Amino acid sequence: MRDIHEHSAGEDLVIKTSVRLLVPFIQLFGLYVIVHGHYSPGGGFQGGVILGASFILLALAYDLKTSQDYMPIWANALLGNLGPVIYIGVGALCAIFGGLFLDYSALDVLIPLGPVEWRSFGIFLVEVGVGLAVMSIMLLLYWNLSSGGALDEGL
Amino acid sequence: MSATNLHLFVLVVPLLSAFAVNLLGRSSKQWIAPLVLGSLAFSVIGSLVTLARVVAHGTLRYTVGNWQPPFGIELVVDPLSALMMVLIAVVAFLASFSSLKSVEQELPGRESFFFTLYLILIAGLFGLVLTGDAFNLYVLLEITSITTYGLIAMGRGRAALSSFNYIIMGSIGACFYLLGIGYIYILTGTLNMADIARILPTLNAPVATATAIAFVLVGLWIKMAFFPLHSWLPNAYSHAPTGAGTMVAPLMTKVTVYLMVRVIITMYTPALVFPHAWITNSAVWAAALAIVCGSMLALGQKDLRRMLTYIIIAEVGYMVGGIFLANANGLTGSILHIVNDALMTLCLFLVVASIIYRQGTVSMVSMQGIFHRMPFTMAAFTLGAFAMIGVPPTCGFFSKWYLILGGIDAGHWEFVIALVFSSLVNALLFFRVIELAFFGSLGDGQHHEHTASERHEAPWWMLKPLVLTAALLIVVGLSTGPLVNNVIRLMIPIGF
Repeated sequence: MRDIHEHSAGEDLVIKTSVRLLVPFIQLFGLYVIVHGHYSPGGGFQGGVILGASFILLALAYDLKTSQDYMPIWANALLGNLGPVIYIGVGALCAIFGGLFLDYSALDVLIPLGPVEWRSFGIFLVEVGVGLAVMSIMLLLYWNLSSGGALDEGL
Repeated sequence: MSATNLHLFVLVVPLLSAFAVNLLGRSSKQWIAPLVLGSLAFSVIGSLVTLARVVAHGTLRYTVGNWQPPFGIELVVDPLSALMMVLIAVVAFLASFSSLKSVEQELPGRESFFFTLYLILIAGLFGLVLTGDAFNLYVLLEITSITTYGLIAMGRGRAALSSFNYIIMGSIGACFYLLGIGYIYILTGTLNMADIARILPTLNAPVATATAIAFVLVGLWIKMAFFPLHSWLPNAYSHAPTGAGTMVAPLMTKVTVYLMVRVIITMYTPALVFPHAWITNSAVWAAALAIVCGSMLALGQKDLRRMLTYIIIAEVGYMVGGIFLANANGLTGSILHIVNDALMTLCLFLVVASIIYRQGTVSMVSMQGIFHRMPFTMAAFTLGAFAMIGVPPTCGFFSKWYLILGGIDAGHWEFVIALVFSSLVNALLFFRVIELAFFGSLGDGQHHEHTASERHEAPWWMLKPLVLTAALLIVVGLSTGPLVNNVIRLMIPIGF
């Protein structure tokens, strides 16, 4: 299989180089979309998709192994679980500190920023959680589908 | 921490522990059982406290994130949803003991994935009974469906194909529901159920409203496997891993029936649905057909688990028919039957799980003489069978009684006849199994190697919840009076 890959389009020098140059910028843009999501167009889901796409691009241009060097399987699993835990955890913290579930202004007890500021900051925390979850699930879906669930060779 | 958030913690604790199971369970299996059982035990206690509060103080209204309805998402805990919360928590808790054992045997090394989906499914079911928002309901319906697809696909053999079949049917059902909600949104401009109920009668758009109602009802009927739309259920539930079947089979269809009650009572209001005689009449006829056909199809099965899946289809007919009888007895019977049927199905599926754990199959042939090998399991099976047939004082008798009374009140004799017929068929079905299990012979003199074996009871881990469930069948049956008077009567709309 290896020699077929050598000549296939995915192993092209132009593609490899441009992907290597593009990926950091794509990821930076993904982070930008996540952190600006709560007061401008964008958000956790969109930013997470961009982040996930950057790793999928690596896997397409190189192979699955290369993308797993940048994002190891264990780290991906950890982030994928951490995302929902951040989301639900923020909600549960609000409820524990005397507010309703996901009522971020209740977190004012924790760090006094003022209820209005906390509403803005709370949605930011939630967006970060959404972003992490979307990124890792996108990547995991690609890995699984392209390698038949084995997470090794792939396309 | 005040008690205002308690019912939400009932949902959140299993959800959070789902991710803990996924993270910690990968490295060490020892984390899984304490996390699953601990979170579900919390849910049982929390939901019982919530039920007590709702019965004492009336309906709780809760806004997520403190955004006021109709803009924010509202959670409404009325007596019916509190009752369903208790039911889900208890059934999931009891089923998880057995699931832990059978998953350990059937899916070694994949326990953490299984129980992640399992707990998310339970959290989704809690969400379904809590929500007071029509679109939120759709999202949660998809969460429960997608986790169920995953759980079923983890089975062996043709499980993946059955799951795919279920995905197609389930997605069509979800689309129908969503289309109906879309019509409602165009008509009323709101997605809050209470708000829809307020605005819908003031509109003069009978055709659009009827279309919306039809789409939503058909969508839910597909999801609950109401008779002509049932084809996905038997394969999906009988090819699923045993551990998934014990929880999914008692809960999924029953919660969907609850959703239909919720949509009819709270969202459309009975005044919009029930005056159309052609809707109620055709639904009751379809239900009677569902009961008869489900029972007949169950008669033809050679495998106990497959037989039970067809009985589930017949039982869905009981509940749908009871609701569309459009009178107090029918509705009471249906709601009571949601509770009873969940417990009866749980009891029988726990028996199936125990037998599969010991001998790997529940085909009728392998059941010969099993009374001597697994006496306690089969005693519980007998009790569950009596409840399904409707022998007093097990709980199945009381809900059937209400349903028959409702059928007589409404003059729907075909429904009454179907109910009686199905009870007789159930008696035939279960006594056939009990006879095989007790006397241990098909009459052809073969298979004697099965009968002459020593006692080999299921492990305590599976037996204790089973015995408890069997006891619950009688306890719930004997406490039907308080249950109906204190909880279910509160939900019957005025004017019935």
